Amino acid sequence: MDNKYDAIVVGAGHNGLVCSALLARAGKKVLVLEANEQVGGAAVTREFTEGYSVSACAHLLYQLQPEVRKDLKLVTRLASEDMTTIALSEDGKHLRLKAGSVEGVSENDAEQYRAFHKRMTRFSDLLRKFFNKPPPRLGTKNFKDLMTLGQLGLDLRMLGKEEMQEFLRLIGMNIHDEVTERFEHPLLKGAICLDAVLGTHLGPRSPNTILTYLYRLAGDHGRTSVPAGGMGSVSNELAHAARSAGVTIRTATPVKRIVISNGRATGVDTEAGEHFESLMVISNADPKTTVMKLIGAKHAETGFARRVSHLRAKGNAAKLHLALDGLPTIEGLSKKDYAERIIIAPTEHYVERAFNPAKYGESSPNPVIEITFPSFRDETLAPSGKHVMSAIVQYAPYDLKGAWTAAAKAEFLKVILSTLAKYMPDIEQHITASELLTPADIESEFHMSGGHWHHAELTLDQFLFVRPVNGAAQYRLPIEGVYLCGAGAHPGGGVSGAAGRNAARAILSREK
Amino acid sequence: MTTVRDPVHQGRLKTPFFPRVEQLDFLNEWHEWKGYSSPNALYCGDLEYFAIRNGTGVFDISPMTKYRITGPDAMEYLNRLVTRDMAKIKAGRVAYAVWCDDQGQVIDDGTIFHLREGEYRLCSQERHFAWLQAATIGFDVSIVHETERVAALAVQGPTSFSILNAMGIKGLDQLKPFGLMHVDFQGVEMMVSRTGFTADLGYELWIEPSKALDLWDALFKAGELYKIRAIGTHALELARIEAGYLAPYTEFLPADETVRTGRSRSPLELGLEWLVDFKKPNFNGRRALAEEKRRGSTWQLVKLDIAGNKPAHSSYIYAKEKGKKKEIGFITSAAWSPVCKQNIALGTVRAPHGKPGDELWVEVYYQREMHWNRTMAKAMVVDKPFWFPPRRGATPPGPY
Repeated sequence: MDNKYDAIVVGAGHNGLVCSALLARAGKKVLVLEANEQVGGAAVTREFTEGYSVSACAHLLYQLQPEVRKDLKLVTRLASEDMTTIALSEDGKHLRLKAGSVEGVSENDAEQYRAFHKRMTRFSDLLRKFFNKPPPRLGTKNFKDLMTLGQLGLDLRMLGKEEMQEFLRLIGMNIHDEVTERFEHPLLKGAICLDAVLGTHLGPRSPNTILTYLYRLAGDHGRTSVPAGGMGSVSNELAHAARSAGVTIRTATPVKRIVISNGRATGVDTEAGEHFESLMVISNADPKTTVMKLIGAKHAETGFARRVSHLRAKGNAAKLHLALDGLPTIEGLSKKDYAERIIIAPTEHYVERAFNPAKYGESSPNPVIEITFPSFRDETLAPSGKHVMSAIVQYAPYDLKGAWTAAAKAEFLKVILSTLAKYMPDIEQHITASELLTPADIESEFHMSGGHWHHAELTLDQFLFVRPVNGAAQYRLPIEGVYLCGAGAHPGGGVSGAAGRNAARAILSREK
Repeated sequence: MTTVRDPVHQGRLKTPFFPRVEQLDFLNEWHEWKGYSSPNALYCGDLEYFAIRNGTGVFDISPMTKYRITGPDAMEYLNRLVTRDMAKIKAGRVAYAVWCDDQGQVIDDGTIFHLREGEYRLCSQERHFAWLQAATIGFDVSIVHETERVAALAVQGPTSFSILNAMGIKGLDQLKPFGLMHVDFQGVEMMVSRTGFTADLGYELWIEPSKALDLWDALFKAGELYKIRAIGTHALELARIEAGYLAPYTEFLPADETVRTGRSRSPLELGLEWLVDFKKPNFNGRRALAEEKRRGSTWQLVKLDIAGNKPAHSSYIYAKEKGKKKEIGFITSAAWSPVCKQNIALGTVRAPHGKPGDELWVEVYYQREMHWNRTMAKAMVVDKPFWFPPRRGATPPGPY
């Protein structure tokens, strides 16, 4: 069997698939090796109990870049799109947020929210432009880098003096201060705070949470949707695009190491003992796994290895899957509301207090939760008349004090269910099976260090020019022949495809 | 005797040899060296210098930073750390080496003693534990800071071999430069290495602190007839410049202490290309140094033989370009060399200036009866160390 390739992609996460497809289209002979049985990485649909399936990690689509859709001609079928966010209130007076409008608040709050959303989407558009190109290097004379930098400066200036100042004021700030300056309604403040901190190890008062909020908006202005068949169908579509472009995809083939000989990558060894040759190895794995485990720190230089080992990548979001024999009752919701995105984040302080224990390695006694019922619009996921609930629960620190033992998980599940029960009194009666994935589980199932969605915390010191670390921000590692194409690379996590697409473009343009 | 540091100790530390050095001290001129008191000079800096060149000078190098590096990956670890090929340094040998950051900028230079198979000691002027520890990521190796656990003396000068021989150290005649051996000293193991900072015949003795004073006494007793003298930094510094050796913070700034870009130096810029082995697939700074080699360096370290007899301390260096003198660099170390009878200096110039044989100019200021004078002195770039006597390399060494 021919085992020589132009490029080997380690990991068939959505970014790996996008990258491989684009490389194959440019005439490369590409092999993708995936450890799991299924392609998609954290964007997969799988059965969690007999008859019930769910998007096992990422569960909402809100960042898939139009450039990626266009390049690969994706026509993702959606079960729900442009979902309303319903911020639950115990008394049934919920808020409904959608594209800058909010129902259930004072006239003043509504007006403020409109203005806030307008400004934030404007800022996020500025960021989005940079999400679809490799970040420029600083201190170089490279024409492309200078152009990109110049463009960044120009775009900032084009905001106008006041807006530019506002952008510069906000970009390092925390979301809590901004929402308390603007809004009155606690539910509204809580809802915005939740969007800013979801998937991070940050609380609303942590600096940098405006950036994470903008990052979320930079996908599609915050519009969320659920693909028919779950997130796995996006990955399957990407895998199909890759295969049609000539990519060979091998699943259930974990890579043991990236082979470095004479200071450069020459191929990969699989756990099963197979060897594949390629002078280009592109890792969809997170930077820590790539450098520390697959390559081995001794093949890197000390400063670089130290920076990678110090990457902050400790997840704090758990994933809960419930099999339900019927929809739980939520006061104040109509039937069709179950198709929407439902959140539990009653106040900005609630979110911060949920984060507090996580700083000290404890899980939240009153967690914040993002809930969807994907089966409501998608019969393929659960038996007829039955339902699936998919929820992201924060905070559940990766390095929990005493570790995520079975007892600790059972205890946290109880906490989550009692939180849910405040809004859905009959939830427990409907549960026929459940699955809780802590960051530790997410790490082992999806092979991401620390179980962190973004592979590396999305903060200014690990962002743009320095993502994941100084010396590897342009997809190329300082080890000849090795590249990154996953969430740990610019721009970051979320099912966006941007990192994969940028990596492919950076690789191809380097060859020219 | 201070061997274990008092956790709230505020004052300067005393080395294990302090009681003896103090007895020989008339001047009471001390400075701080990494927390320890170290003498500038004991009775007369110039006479102490002549002890190095004509008899034997003994300098207490106990404050020198020492790390013990052991473990299955020790060699591989060092090979990634430093620029030269450590696989070639067999047990019983010592290597002068530099280590760089990822940008190929020198963090420090030092000596690496291959004590026994797979067991090393790294010595340098500065402390580097954080960097050495960071460099262990991915290696099975242990780093122990052992500065306080080892007392050490530099015994340098033409009669040094005779003195150690008279002390009863066996097998020393076969010890080559950059070799080391373990010998017995009054029932305790002592390491003797043929190394030093003077470019003369000389040795360094390494022993546990509890035996330090006994060693000193035995050494000075044996040296009585051989012009043995305790010396201070002043004398050593002069010998160092004659040898053309580098000093951190003088010829280069440690890269991790440098704030401004362009103020650190690469080994290529310091004239240490012979220490950089590009055949090794990976070492810290390799990529950057390969790139520098391709593009050309910014700076060049030079050894200068300067006209006149006025040391060119801190002088600017000029080159003639199109008939005009243009400033191209500066002096880092300068001295009148008594043994060479030469006005010598080390300096930094902008590459491609500074090739051996280049004729440059230095602007020397000196004071005479309060008034300042300035001369433009011709300076020749030289290739070889100013002082490098055959006795330094002779094995067996001569019985001076």
